[in-house]
Amino acid sequence: MFAGARKSSSGGPSGLAHFLAAVLFASFISFPAMATGTGYVFVSNERSNRVTVLDPARDHAIVKQIQTDARPRDMHFDKAHKLLYVACGDDNDIDIIDVAKLKVIGRIPTGPSPEMFAIAPNGKSLYVSEEDSAIVRQIDIATDKTLNQITTGPEPEGVLVTPDDSRIYITSEVADMVHVYDTRKKKLIDNIMVDTRPRRFAMTADRKELWVSDELAGDVTVIDTATDQVKTTIQFLPPGFRPVDVTPVGLALSHDGKTMYVTLGRANHVAFVDPATNKIRAYILVGSRAWGVVENKKGTLLYVANGLSDDVSVIDIHAQKTIRSIATGRVPHTVVIDE
Amino acid sequence: MNRLWLALLFLLWQASAALAAAPPPANSTTSVRIGYIDLRNDPRYRTDNSYTGIVFHTLGRPYPGAELGVQDAKLIGRVIGRTFVLERKSAATAADLPALAKELAAEGDHFIIADLTAPDLLKLADSLRGQPALVMNVSAREDSLRGADCRQNVVHLIPSESMLTDALVQYLVVKNWKDILALQGPAKEDAGEIVALQHSARKFGATVDAVRPFVLGTDPRHRDENNVALMTANSDADVIFVADSGGEFARYVPFETHSPRPVVGDAGLMPVAWHWTWYGNGAPQLQHRFEKLASPRRMNQGAWAAWAAVKAITQSVMRVRSGDFSKVEQFMLGSKINIDGAKGKPMSFRPWDHQLRQPILLVTADAVIARAPLPQYLHQTNDLDTLGYDAPESACHF
Repeated sequence: MFAGARKSSSGGPSGLAHFLAAVLFASFISFPAMATGTGYVFVSNERSNRVTVLDPARDHAIVKQIQTDARPRDMHFDKAHKLLYVACGDDNDIDIIDVAKLKVIGRIPTGPSPEMFAIAPNGKSLYVSEEDSAIVRQIDIATDKTLNQITTGPEPEGVLVTPDDSRIYITSEVADMVHVYDTRKKKLIDNIMVDTRPRRFAMTADRKELWVSDELAGDVTVIDTATDQVKTTIQFLPPGFRPVDVTPVGLALSHDGKTMYVTLGRANHVAFVDPATNKIRAYILVGSRAWGVVENKKGTLLYVANGLSDDVSVIDIHAQKTIRSIATGRVPHTVVIDE
Repeated sequence: MNRLWLALLFLLWQASAALAAAPPPANSTTSVRIGYIDLRNDPRYRTDNSYTGIVFHTLGRPYPGAELGVQDAKLIGRVIGRTFVLERKSAATAADLPALAKELAAEGDHFIIADLTAPDLLKLADSLRGQPALVMNVSAREDSLRGADCRQNVVHLIPSESMLTDALVQYLVVKNWKDILALQGPAKEDAGEIVALQHSARKFGATVDAVRPFVLGTDPRHRDENNVALMTANSDADVIFVADSGGEFARYVPFETHSPRPVVGDAGLMPVAWHWTWYGNGAPQLQHRFEKLASPRRMNQGAWAAWAAVKAITQSVMRVRSGDFSKVEQFMLGSKINIDGAKGKPMSFRPWDHQLRQPILLVTADAVIARAPLPQYLHQTNDLDTLGYDAPESACHF
């Protein structure tokens, strides 16, 4: 935050920037718990090998393009938000970005082609899906050592570790299944059949439901986490689209738990779904092939990565409207916010 | 690097042992048998056809694609309590086909993947008529097999000739390269390609200015038919389409033309079911799995079709949770199936001719240039049906 504020004041006689810096500084004083965050938005760009850093406080100006290893995709912060981990699919590693310095300070080697990963609740290890070798690898973050490997169906993708660290859910895109792995028994305890080409996960606030996006079926499968049974499916069809063009991938739950955001890929829309009723409240037009999605903490803005229009859409959640699109790099994949 | 790989392999091996310890499925394991029939000396796969003596790995047979399909379905099988078994029978001559087919059917192979020419495919299908068997065509592209000569017990994974030419002509029309000069080889399949091209041109508003026959050779007395520069002179066409199913003549057409014109068809820009350079929709992972299995080969159209055939079977068995042939077949040919072919749009079979609807790739030797249907072409129910004969114009009556 200080870096951003300093930069904007030295950048020119911008009264607004000074004002915003002052406001941010004030919030730093009054809410120390919030102050760890820079407020920056980070976007991984698969084909330009950069993580773009945007500053929402300065009209989403690009603060920096951080050079990474080849094909940066999924990203997660450590608990303290000091480090940002970035899976780099073509260099077979996870880059570690220092959030204060905005540069890569280290790498964790993985197997071939890492895409999505999850950090264990204790923050000590991570689980990364390696789609070419059909495994999920657990890596010790401190030592880079492989702690465990979970064999999955072909093309594992989405990985979700339950907050109590008891289970890991993994999608297999080719087998159309969700694997359920028990971390204590150290084995797969269930395989749940879902729809065609399952990609990613999100859990509802009460943790009773696991949502899975089925890319080629145009729907989301809702799984009851108590029984591992499929409860229902939610079909998406924005106005004017054919069912075959609707390819849901990204899922994110709003911070208040009252909205599930589902990006619809080729249908170029994001669906707002009420997890209590499974009703689709709105379809918001975004850029081309929407995948990664994240809501800011205030619940006012939603960021969506558009892989085939090389930009990020910024949605005003209240107005249910895209208010900005920001060119970030080639094939944006994931968006995360440091706040 | 080597050590890392060794470690990886070891861990993989360990992990697969761990997976095997997963709880046994509810049902006891029963097998779903998939037959595979081809001809031992199929001339289409002769590598010595080429007078330059260059061996083309692209000519490889579809079989490894089927093997990959079975490998991909291993886990599905375990979860639903079934094993998928692939059994290949290679006939010495076409005359042996009916006997082999009966053998397979008697052994309980209800799904029979056939890598055969159109006449042999029909012989096989007719010998199985009335039996609980479905023939899955992975290499014969003739439109007649989806038209007047269609059979109730045959499905087609490989695209038809007209699907391929429709894809190509969509692209040419979008580019406004609408005047086509066609060069036609002596094979029966070449004539079929020309008929398909003319149909596509009428459908999308292109023009085939002329069709000129060619022969492979260097005889100066036939230079008007073997010299590409002479054959392509006196033409104002935008592009040159070459119909050469063998490919031996077509390869030498680009850059040999009289005027600088792009070549399309069996050389230059080619419409295909699959290409090793396709990179979208999970294709790289599929390519890698295939290359691991069939090195030094890369996945070609036939291999993709065979893989898709197994995928259609395993998906259907998984969704109906039954090995009962009529249930599985009904699901497979119904409207609920949703096959992920790693080409984007979900695929299913057209009820009117049992052709698998699918996107077509337009490729050069080393790149995918476009994927059809192009976004400019829409259809009232499924855009994939802008490729090939649609229900109202189909000559197929089961």
